[in-house]
Amino acid sequence: MLNLHYYMAQRLSAMVMGPLVLGHLAVMIYAIQGGLSSAEILSRTQGSIAWFLFYGAFVVAVSIHAAIGLRVILHETTGLRGRLLEIFTWGVGIVLLFMGARAVSAVTML
Amino acid sequence: MEVSVWRGSGDQGAYETFSVPAQDNQTVLDVVSWIQQTVDPSLTYRYACRVGMCGSCAMMVNGQPRWTCRTHVKRVLADGKLQIGPLRNLPVIKDLAADMDPFFDKWVKAGGVHKPSRSRAEPIQEVSPEEPGRVVANTAIECINCAVCYASCDTVAGNPDYLGPAALQRAWTLYNDVKVEDRQAVLDTVTGPGGCTNCHSQGSCTRFCPNELDPLSAIAGLKRAAARSFLKGRG
Repeated sequence: MLNLHYYMAQRLSAMVMGPLVLGHLAVMIYAIQGGLSSAEILSRTQGSIAWFLFYGAFVVAVSIHAAIGLRVILHETTGLRGRLLEIFTWGVGIVLLFMGARAVSAVTML
Repeated sequence: MEVSVWRGSGDQGAYETFSVPAQDNQTVLDVVSWIQQTVDPSLTYRYACRVGMCGSCAMMVNGQPRWTCRTHVKRVLADGKLQIGPLRNLPVIKDLAADMDPFFDKWVKAGGVHKPSRSRAEPIQEVSPEEPGRVVANTAIECINCAVCYASCDTVAGNPDYLGPAALQRAWTLYNDVKVEDRQAVLDTVTGPGGCTNCHSQGSCTRFCPNELDPLSAIAGLKRAAARSFLKGRG
């Protein structure tokens, strides 16, 4: 149930996610070393275009990657296909994108 | 030894147990033949050459797909028992004879037919054995269409539209064949919804291929070629 477009979208989104995951882990470890509080973290991320782009790209890549991955799992375990499978794929992608965008805007917007 | 053999047709059936005398040198096909010739002539199974060339006699032996004419009982016997069933991932015609139609239909669907680039009137194209594409193509030409890889593939089990390792390996052979002119057409045929992009690279095909071919690498080659063609804007 993966045509070439879905396949490439999943691979390319994985390539984007790879360095972002490492960056995210590095930032988490760095942030807790000096005992930064939530307020101190937010004061650095809010209004920052760099953090907006970093986590914005992360959310877009995750939405694409997870939606296609779940599509394959659902098809191979339940046999679901056709329009319902398309609705599921796009639905998961849109929900993840919406939730992620909400979180990113809360953390990076002023 | 105790041998349980699948009896039935379609989705219906059960294992029937037979007691078969053990020999020093005995293949799984010998066991099945002994049951059919001495105990129950109605037992249905398929074989032809008995020397590992025709690809007719593949069955599930103790849960794993095997070419039964070249599989010695000693190598697969578990606690003195043998369980023999029809090939996995294919419909059952009767007893141990699986319906090979879906397997061969997919072979055709994957473009497994050679489409010549020259006509009868033109001189025969010289093919150098050292040419890199020919060397890659050569690695897969000993496929005997036994469907062992198809039966071992968990992706086929979960996704009935998936073309499967044998058909995709054939497409990879054609892709590398210097006599094939339209390589993009080969890629287009195997990158649809049931194509090479569905492979999870679990590698059972390569693990179980009785001729020690490597469909896993062939499919990986197709994926790389398809990705390159996509990035060049031809996907």
